[in-house]
Amino acid sequence: MVPIVARVRRRRRDGPGVWTLDLRSDEGAVRPAAPGQFNMLTVFGVGEVPISVSGDPGDGDRLLHTVRAVGPVSAALADLRPGSAVGVRGPFGIGWPVGAMAGRDILLVAGGLGLAPLRPALYRLLADRDRFGTLTLIYGARSPDDILFRREFQSWRRKPGLDVQVTVDHATDAWDAHVGVVTTLIPRATFDPSRATALVCGPEVMMRFAVNGLRNAGVDEAAIFLSMERNMKCAVGLCGHCQFGTVMICRDGPVFSYDRIGAMLGRKEL
Amino acid sequence: MEGLERFIGEHPFFAGLDAGYRQIVSGCTANVRFEPGQYLFHEGEDADRFFLLRHGRVALEIEVPGRGALTFQTVSEGEVVGVSWLIPPYRWAYDARALDLVRAIAMDAACLRGKCDADPTLGYDMMKRFLPILVDRLQATRMQIMDVYGASD
Ligand SMILES: Cc1cc2nc3c(=O)[nH]c(=O)nc-3n(C[C@H](O)[C@H](O)[C@H](O)COP(=O)(O)OP(=O)(O)OC[C@H]3O[C@@H](n4cnc5c(N)ncnc54)[C@H](O)[C@@H]3O)c2cc1C
Repeated sequence: MVPIVARVRRRRRDGPGVWTLDLRSDEGAVRPAAPGQFNMLTVFGVGEVPISVSGDPGDGDRLLHTVRAVGPVSAALADLRPGSAVGVRGPFGIGWPVGAMAGRDILLVAGGLGLAPLRPALYRLLADRDRFGTLTLIYGARSPDDILFRREFQSWRRKPGLDVQVTVDHATDAWDAHVGVVTTLIPRATFDPSRATALVCGPEVMMRFAVNGLRNAGVDEAAIFLSMERNMKCAVGLCGHCQFGTVMICRDGPVFSYDRIGAMLGRKEL
Repeated sequence: MEGLERFIGEHPFFAGLDAGYRQIVSGCTANVRFEPGQYLFHEGEDADRFFLLRHGRVALEIEVPGRGALTFQTVSEGEVVGVSWLIPPYRWAYDARALDLVRAIAMDAACLRGKCDADPTLGYDMMKRFLPILVDRLQATRMQIMDVYGASD
């Protein structure tokens, strides 16, 4: 699959070393992505990496990707200025099962940059708010300065029908909200575990802790969904780079229910 | 039921405690309140009490030279502040500061330890209530040490 060429329309700083790129294609519309799907983005002359869509799926005009600079390609992406060209292949993968969540109590549990792939699901849920039960966003970050989409949190906090809980691992006394790991917020959320669905996204260790917290709260393993990350190359399940036990993350995921991949999580050899 | 005994009965930490024990335990309690900003205790002081929060939040902090007080956990209504009273040398390992107006039940540690020593069934019951708190904090500490979200600086 050949990338189409898009251009950076705007860039916005959304956290330390984290930039959201607003892309527009020169060659007509980029294919719309479902929440939780990703595109392969190319910085020409540097390389190609998988990056989740982070924008509103209802806003067909804008393709947003939120990138943290961790290495050569992500740093080059995060540094692109308006007008720069980006190659886009995708969207790929199976995202969050938003369509199958009607009537459920919903917990979005995000850690660090993991809020970016969850944000499209949140937009979709809010757009159709009446179709769902309780809706809670639980977010954990390293420190107050590391909180992603800080300005947007202010508007989420004011939204009726959305309970927003934020915690940081440590803080100075200028921060007067919650401090502690993200799992400590799960027992505070209002939901009926027998009809709850949890979407979890963040660093893998954080997701394992979060899953334990959710299972302790009585949420069914088949109703806990995680977005997995592994190095990818082809993104269509051919090259085997992102093989994880019996699944290919790019093709069978990146979103999986816990009952499907739980036994493989935390295994060093995978 | 007397006021304090009723508070104990209502506090999640003592959920399901036998009525006889509830009465014994309430002999070691006092009702306390702290204004926002007031300290429940400081690092290094004798851990002669612990607190069952009924209202408000408490920040657990460690003073880091050059950086000021760093909060590593906040504790809320229905939770417990203080575990150092359980293990010698019974000294606080951090500061605890009220973030809001805090109402709590203070437990006299020496009194409760005495009752637990006198009745090991009560002592075992108390251990089973405190151990999950300790394990949770150990897990949380592990997660914080790993700094799982990735460094930003
Ligand atoms: C399905 C999927 C969706 C993704 N969505 C996003 C997204 O929305 N935003 C985003 O910024 N990234 C996302 N990533 C991660 C992103 O693809 C990687 O950060 C990127 O491939 C790193 O490439 P690099 O050349 O910049 O660095 P590399 O040279 O590959 O790595 C540099 C250093 O960063 C570390 N590293 C690599 N990947 C990660 C990672 N995911 N997190 C932390 N450290 C890492 C490496 O171990 C190495 O130490 C996603 C990955 C997958 C598989």
